[in-house]
Amino acid sequence: MKMNGARILLECLKREGVDTIFGYPGGTVINLYDELFSFKEIRHILPRHEQAGVHAADGFARATGKVGVAIATSGPGATNTITGIATAYMDSIPMVIVTGQVPTALIGNDAFQEADIMGITRPCTKHNFLVKDVKDLALIMKKAFYIARTGRPGPVLVDLPKDVQMAQTEFHYPETVEIRGYKPTVEGHPKQVEKAVSMILHAKKPVIYVGGGVILGNAAGELTELARRLGIPVTTTLMGLGSFPEDDSLSLGLLGMHGTYYANMAVSHCDLLIAVAARFDDRVTGKIASFAPHAKIVHIDVDPTSIKKNVRVDLPIVGDVREVLLQMLKVTEKPDESRADIAPWKAEIDGWKAKHPMTYQQTGTVIKPQYVIQRLRALSDPDAIVATDVGQHQMWTAQFFGFTTPRTLLSSGGLGTMGYGLPAAMGAQAAFPDRQVITICGDGGFQMNLQELATIVQNRLNVKICILNNNFLGMVRQWQELFFDKRYSSTCMELPIDFIKLAEAFGATGLQATKVDEVDEVIKKGFATPGPVLMEFKIAREEKVLPMVPAGASLTEMVLAS
Amino acid sequence: MRHTIAVLVENEFGVLSRVVGLFSGRGFNIDSLTVAPTNDESLSRITVVTRGDEQIIEQITKQLNKLIDVIKVIDFEPENAIEREMVLVKVSAEDESRAEVLRIADIFRAKVIDVTPKSYTLEATGTPAKVSAMVELLRPLGLKELVSTGPVVIGRGAKGWKG
Repeated sequence: MKMNGARILLECLKREGVDTIFGYPGGTVINLYDELFSFKEIRHILPRHEQAGVHAADGFARATGKVGVAIATSGPGATNTITGIATAYMDSIPMVIVTGQVPTALIGNDAFQEADIMGITRPCTKHNFLVKDVKDLALIMKKAFYIARTGRPGPVLVDLPKDVQMAQTEFHYPETVEIRGYKPTVEGHPKQVEKAVSMILHAKKPVIYVGGGVILGNAAGELTELARRLGIPVTTTLMGLGSFPEDDSLSLGLLGMHGTYYANMAVSHCDLLIAVAARFDDRVTGKIASFAPHAKIVHIDVDPTSIKKNVRVDLPIVGDVREVLLQMLKVTEKPDESRADIAPWKAEIDGWKAKHPMTYQQTGTVIKPQYVIQRLRALSDPDAIVATDVGQHQMWTAQFFGFTTPRTLLSSGGLGTMGYGLPAAMGAQAAFPDRQVITICGDGGFQMNLQELATIVQNRLNVKICILNNNFLGMVRQWQELFFDKRYSSTCMELPIDFIKLAEAFGATGLQATKVDEVDEVIKKGFATPGPVLMEFKIAREEKVLPMVPAGASLTEMVLAS
Repeated sequence: MRHTIAVLVENEFGVLSRVVGLFSGRGFNIDSLTVAPTNDESLSRITVVTRGDEQIIEQITKQLNKLIDVIKVIDFEPENAIEREMVLVKVSAEDESRAEVLRIADIFRAKVIDVTPKSYTLEATGTPAKVSAMVELLRPLGLKELVSTGPVVIGRGAKGWKG
């Protein structure tokens, strides 16, 4: 059947199983929006800024594991998506972003609302396409979804000129797609897998270091089974939180700059580090030269470029993390009699846990942020989804919430994008209308995308917003306190905002806690109140995120909580 | 260490900028770069001369392979490859130096492709080492302009890149 490009695009989305998209109309996507007007199979959510639309699609993707879809018009609409795309790219989130473009005949003429979005997004997408002929559109969409979701996932942008949206052609959606330059490795090399298992069984001090790839690759179950079967302690990155239950005795929690004392000590003293779909980010390793100095390193990753990029690797395994873990589970089915005794190692770790557990002091009436995080965990649903912004509150959430389930923490890890939390929560709530979705923000990051209060109220996305308000850009302030002689240059927000009135102005409920004994009451009321609720917690203004490994220092050089 | 890498890519819009953008974005060196279509019209072949230690070269080849439009990356070992470049050199040639320029051209089997009372323009082809040796001999005579294709490289033996 003949149809126009705009309709073809929607038919492609439908065939990819897309039921929700986030987009903002404009001159070069007006034809697409006209088709959307009568296309009932797809729910369209209008954010108040294109950046937030992309973050929402990202939150949707992280929470569901599906490909998130966002639409923007050409020029400023497209450039507004960049931070959202770069955020998704750094964290390997599967997404397809469709941007309108000026008509093909005008491309390159500095036309109204023209931007070279292909050039601009080349370094922050997994791939991008310009559709020059409507006959290519269906195949390009098929490729875009295939590339976005396979291998190491990532955002793919499709630039769609206005005339291509209007042009007519026969619609056929290809069943399969073959890209000769793109063949992700799925199965791990069997010999390498056997070698890895043998190294693990003979290690006296093994540690498993888990990254976000385990969540993206739906391999949390396999990872947990392997760690428990072999009794190996597990530490995770920020992106890996939720892949291994933190209430398990093998859990060491977070490692790296704001990791636990015992995770960092374990990594620094282990004789074998098993890196599973993690990429040795500088926030994880600290000073590379003294990272895991006594360890042989096994590195499992779907992306060959991650291997040996930052650290030496003794045994690489390229493959889909779930496949490789299944292979390892098969090889370790029967107990090995020659297994090294790791009991002394676990005792050593228990010693570190006892010496410096994760702690903070809640004294007096001033609310400590860590206390709020713990109360949120205690009072929220077990399957609640938490989206954070970026900064101190993000680290406190990572340290004190205690994640046990994959896809329950949505956080911008790689790019560290302030303003991510609220729109990401909005995306997750759109995917799961019946689950509790909480966003934990600072007062700084919240203000970067607060316009989305309108979107959540309008679309009945009942996000529970928790603002840890210290009236500071807290993380930068902390660095200024520690490394810049308390010269608080431009980190005090000064203007006190009435967040309750702000919430009410958008039609949401606003609540506030200023003393520690009000925290539970506000959380309970906030969770019990139907619709979107903003809960503001006035917290101790100069509370620091600890432990902390100063940038460029070794993981053993931690500043600890007193 | 110097490496000459051949990159077979889809002959499509924007591919060269993906490759070049990768080098600039990740701080890899490009000493020279050539690109042209191949016998298979759907493919272009890029030859990049770059430098770096083993770890950097490994990253370069892996990152190139990661690009969707890249079909094959070959990091040639010098002993298994033939490398050639071409230069066009405009050199001053007046009075006594006219004969010297021609002698040098003859030694390196360069061709005179343009001549004026004050200059010769030479075309020379060979390994980068040979071409550079000729240029160094011409330099003191008054090198007015030099343009080079940068090296291209092909593997030795009967097999093509597909095997």
